[in-house]
Amino acid sequence: MAKPSATWEGAKMVSLLDIIGPVMVGPSSSHTAGACRLGLLARGLIGGTPQTGLLQLHGSFARTGEGHGTDKALVGGLLGFRPDDERLRDALHIAEREGLDYKFEKTTIADASHPNTVRITIELNGNKATMLGSSLGAGRILVQEIDGYPVEVTGNLHTIVLVAEDRKGSIARITGILAEHDINIATLRLSRKERGGDAFMVIECDEEPDKKAGEELRALDWVRWTRRLPKVSGG
Amino acid sequence: MYKALADAIRDAEKEKKTLAHLALDTEARDQGRPVAEIRAALQRALDVMRGAIEKGLTGDLYSASGLVGGDAAKLRKNPNGPLAQTPFRDILTRALAVQEVNAAMGVIVAAPTAGGAGILPAILTGLAKARSVPDEKVVDALATAGLIGAVVAERASLSGAEGGCQAETGAAAGMAAGAATEMLGGSPSQVGHAVALTMQGTLGLVCDPLGGLVELPCVFRNATGSAIALAGIEMALAGITFAIPVDEVIDVMGEIGREMDVRYRETAGGGLAATPTGRRLAKERLYQIKRSDG
Repeated sequence: MAKPSATWEGAKMVSLLDIIGPVMVGPSSSHTAGACRLGLLARGLIGGTPQTGLLQLHGSFARTGEGHGTDKALVGGLLGFRPDDERLRDALHIAEREGLDYKFEKTTIADASHPNTVRITIELNGNKATMLGSSLGAGRILVQEIDGYPVEVTGNLHTIVLVAEDRKGSIARITGILAEHDINIATLRLSRKERGGDAFMVIECDEEPDKKAGEELRALDWVRWTRRLPKVSGG
Repeated sequence: MYKALADAIRDAEKEKKTLAHLALDTEARDQGRPVAEIRAALQRALDVMRGAIEKGLTGDLYSASGLVGGDAAKLRKNPNGPLAQTPFRDILTRALAVQEVNAAMGVIVAAPTAGGAGILPAILTGLAKARSVPDEKVVDALATAGLIGAVVAERASLSGAEGGCQAETGAAAGMAAGAATEMLGGSPSQVGHAVALTMQGTLGLVCDPLGGLVELPCVFRNATGSAIALAGIEMALAGITFAIPVDEVIDVMGEIGREMDVRYRETAGGGLAATPTGRRLAKERLYQIKRSDG
């Protein structure tokens, strides 16, 4: 259900294909399609199907999630199923077969959280990630936190998130590495809390950044933390 | 995309285009994509819509809670009833079919939302069949529907949580009425009146699903919403006009939605969801879902 009004920041609906779409497994664009995309994004953080997953549901996700298949959609996303994949219906059984040990918890995350919010903690061979994200309606999502760092990621494009020491020339170095890997930057947002404090970067790319590009960014000694997230929505 | 249907109607008349072609050209410009690519995406949406209708007509689909299912087949088989053998009843059947597929976690096109996903496919494919309209024109109609939906999203809302059911099945009915009016030969101005004549009939409709699930009354609201859309199409094609301009009708839908108590906006706190039977069924059925999942 629930498409956002056009005034929602970052969720502007101007495309015909947003209105006539998405193609999805029912019953709810916010509780099912959006939940699936959140699972897909989280999977991207660790680069494969996790061995363990803790899914903490907040608000309407906790209250009506089971009837809307939110649990199946989240786990299906972790398994790599897209919102129009009919295997979502059987995702909980498939997870057992594929060795994904999932656990759901109902919780209250924060007063300000959007009603459809989940915190996902997953691990694959010691590689661990946590992600806090919300389903805004119409299948649109917003990730607000990764590994404790505040971010804003929509999943409409391939995305790199990065925390670096605030120093001159850092953007030039980063964009240089991406250019060397033939990756075009669509948008770049930079923010910091104070002068000389850590800089947060969200870089949306037209091409998928490969593992090597991610490693080169991580190897920069002034980069504290970085993650790559896959494109999970949009045409 | 356009922010007012009046502007789109004016431009279409000036450029001697259908609203569909205006919408496709505008989308191509906005998104930097060729028209052929947008048409291909809409054709795929149409194929999924037809697939959902076909699947829903078999009658053996039930939602996880068991609250809805099997009714599309019942309607199709009933030989009695005043609408038997008419396209009208075929359309009501199709609307139920898509929503039963949706409730059973089948594949549908959210148009504009999953909760209102039955109306647009029912009206367009039902009328296309009755009048032998080629697919190319049905794809055009989907573009017109998208234009109308974009204006509603811009001026009001397409979310039951924000604006009640008038923003979901009401908007879907308006989109379907406008799109079908053009598909059957109506002018851009008649499209505007079809949307207004339809949406005036759904103003104030609350979103009150049992247990917060997209099942009851959502499935049936797609059939009744389709009936209202058919009334709008019939009147607009007869040359009937609605005195309040369509953009003002859309604005007032948004205003009513904002004023609507939160109980009536998808929270299951009011309306049918809060009736004694509604509460009891939701409690029993939610328990059943938990049990069936182990």
